Amino acid sequence: MTAVVTVEEGTHSPYALSHLDALESEAVHIFREVAGEFENPVILFSGGKDSIVMLHLALKAFAPAPVPFSLLHVDTGHNFAEVLEYRDRVVAAHGLRLHVASVQDYIDRGVLKERPDGTRNPLQTLPLTERIQSERFDAVFGGGRRDEEKARAKERVFSLRDEFSQWDPRRQRPELWNLYNGRHAPGEHVRVFPLSNWTELDVWQYIAREGIELPQIYFAHRREVFRRGGMWLTAGEWGGPKDAETVELRQVRYRTVGDMSCTGAVDSDATTLDDVIAEIAASRLTERGATRADDKLSEAAMEDRKREGYF
Amino acid sequence: MSTTTTEVLPETTLLRFATAGSVDDGKSTLVGRLLHDSKSVLTDQLEAVERVSASRGQEGPDLALLTDGLRAEREQGITIDVAYRYFATPRRRFILADTPGHVQYTRNMVTGASTAELTVVLVDARNGVVEQTRRHAAIAALLRVPHVVLAVNKMDLVGYAEPVFAAIAEEFTAYATELGVPEVTAVPISALAGDNVVEPSANMDWYGGPTVLEHLETVPVSHDLAHCHARLPVQYVIRPQSAEHRDYRGYAGQIAAGTFRVGEDVTVLPSGRTTRIAGIDLLGEPVDAAWTTQSVTVLLEDDIDVSRGDLIVPTEDAPATTQDVEATVCHVADAPLTVGHRVLLKHGTRTVKAVVKDIPSRLTLDDLSLHPHPGQLVANDIGRVKIRTAEPLPVDSYADSRRTGSFILIDPADGTTLTAGMVGESFASPEPVKDETDDGWEF
Repeated sequence: MTAVVTVEEGTHSPYALSHLDALESEAVHIFREVAGEFENPVILFSGGKDSIVMLHLALKAFAPAPVPFSLLHVDTGHNFAEVLEYRDRVVAAHGLRLHVASVQDYIDRGVLKERPDGTRNPLQTLPLTERIQSERFDAVFGGGRRDEEKARAKERVFSLRDEFSQWDPRRQRPELWNLYNGRHAPGEHVRVFPLSNWTELDVWQYIAREGIELPQIYFAHRREVFRRGGMWLTAGEWGGPKDAETVELRQVRYRTVGDMSCTGAVDSDATTLDDVIAEIAASRLTERGATRADDKLSEAAMEDRKREGYF
Repeated sequence: MSTTTTEVLPETTLLRFATAGSVDDGKSTLVGRLLHDSKSVLTDQLEAVERVSASRGQEGPDLALLTDGLRAEREQGITIDVAYRYFATPRRRFILADTPGHVQYTRNMVTGASTAELTVVLVDARNGVVEQTRRHAAIAALLRVPHVVLAVNKMDLVGYAEPVFAAIAEEFTAYATELGVPEVTAVPISALAGDNVVEPSANMDWYGGPTVLEHLETVPVSHDLAHCHARLPVQYVIRPQSAEHRDYRGYAGQIAAGTFRVGEDVTVLPSGRTTRIAGIDLLGEPVDAAWTTQSVTVLLEDDIDVSRGDLIVPTEDAPATTQDVEATVCHVADAPLTVGHRVLLKHGTRTVKAVVKDIPSRLTLDDLSLHPHPGQLVANDIGRVKIRTAEPLPVDSYADSRRTGSFILIDPADGTTLTAGMVGESFASPEPVKDETDDGWEF
């Protein structure tokens, strides 16, 4: 027999917050805690949807005052032009200060070496951590979500990093109630993840609800791509296609925005936010599984990169 | 409201819950089934699990690999740390704190329970209520988790027999009620076979209650808290100092409990100054009233001194301030907590110096016995503590308010989070709840 369960307005009391309101309120609380307890915080801003939502939340958290943080972008040198254009437009519109740490500079100076596989994602760690040290940032906001990846599922909202920016999963502080502990020694910093409890769908629903503008590469468009490692990569001067690879013109969109060398496009007809939400709700692949090559390098790829200081 | 999957995903409510279970109770299978049957395990994740399981020579996919995210956990095949999992149904979104069950990980159970509005305690139907079950129930009661679900698992191995379930449910409910747990819902399940987890069981037609998922979808969330003592810890003062907002001075914070209204008389603690709410901004939009857990900015009529760490409360419902805090604590750090220990105490948005004056007792969770004057608390110990603070604090009893009745102790030398604290009596009174619309619980 079926149990008798009545779903009534009781679960939607006038005082119960919707899941998006609850997540928004929690994220705003996290931003304000950092503003209250740290000297020199910075928001990692890539121009991807998560960091765009992060910035939107920060703007709301301190309204009508300006956001009391600057932004930091680690530019791999293989970024999508549409995303850089978006980044600069947003920074100008809100009168924000943008720091750019450039992977290309490190390669040009011979400090970093191009990898044989051409991916520059792992190369971001050194420019990021050196810039954190040189600017003496003591809190660094990242758009990482626990639903993205199983090592990230273990990450605290306030995640202490040592003077080498290393993450030690065994040394994490228990995080109780909403009492975040931001104590750190000089030279250490805290990575802060206001979107920890958001899922990919939450992010998209929030973008739709708030009417947040995104770079156009998140929506279906015709683009020259080629197949590598089971993914559609954008053709370009960064290093593709190679000999046996051929360029095709396909209707695609991006689910994540990262380095062109390791971020794949998905075939899609989704041209509006509603289309995108419907597409993701029906998808049988996670965004990282679908479009990120670097997470496939090993079972613990993300954990290993995070230990070294990656976000 | 009827929701169908053809609509583009309406906004729903959010339930935070925790699972507790011993190693072989089938917790991973239950979590795996909830995630799997709600379509939250996607193909690439399942393929990764299947690949690793096969490479280890295991026959089927080991669903524990979905939650054990760290190298050390996979190597040892155990869950060390809390993992947070996310899944959704058309009715509700869920945040699951998947906590390890070993006694040496009590601190992780406490961590998971601190934000949970519901705990699922798993019991093996063949073994019934065991020490570990009592421990889980005690932690749920101690942390004042409003709803407890007893999932009697492996019913398939006891012939789906009603008397087995009924005896376990009765014993557990009696124990939990004695601890003051306000609501226990017992469900007979087989996580492996899928009985009563997501789909109602065809094997147990004697059971008339909800499946685990139905209960998770329909249990009321924290909305009653809007009727509790109103509390707003001030996080940050917003002063735009722009031409447009020259005189704007807003006190930003997340409402910890209750409801605030424009025009209300309020007191700022610990100073005790009084004024009136001139306006409330809800993330940029003016509103007449706001309630827990909204993040707001409050504007006051008088230009009085208010800063981060202060608590805004209704003048007619202000808590007393004290420098002597008595609490039940769970010690979460590896180094012990001792009498005379100088610490920092974070309560709401305020961090003050404090000293541990006394540790009157340590609690044994297995039988709830008290050991007087243990001298110290080591990792995972739960005990009573008396603390003297350098400044007066407006603390509530944890029984009245999980947010303003809780605190953490921090090591001033290296910033380690030492201890989780709950002000007031350890366990709730087992008296029956008087008013069904206000069960007195707090999130």
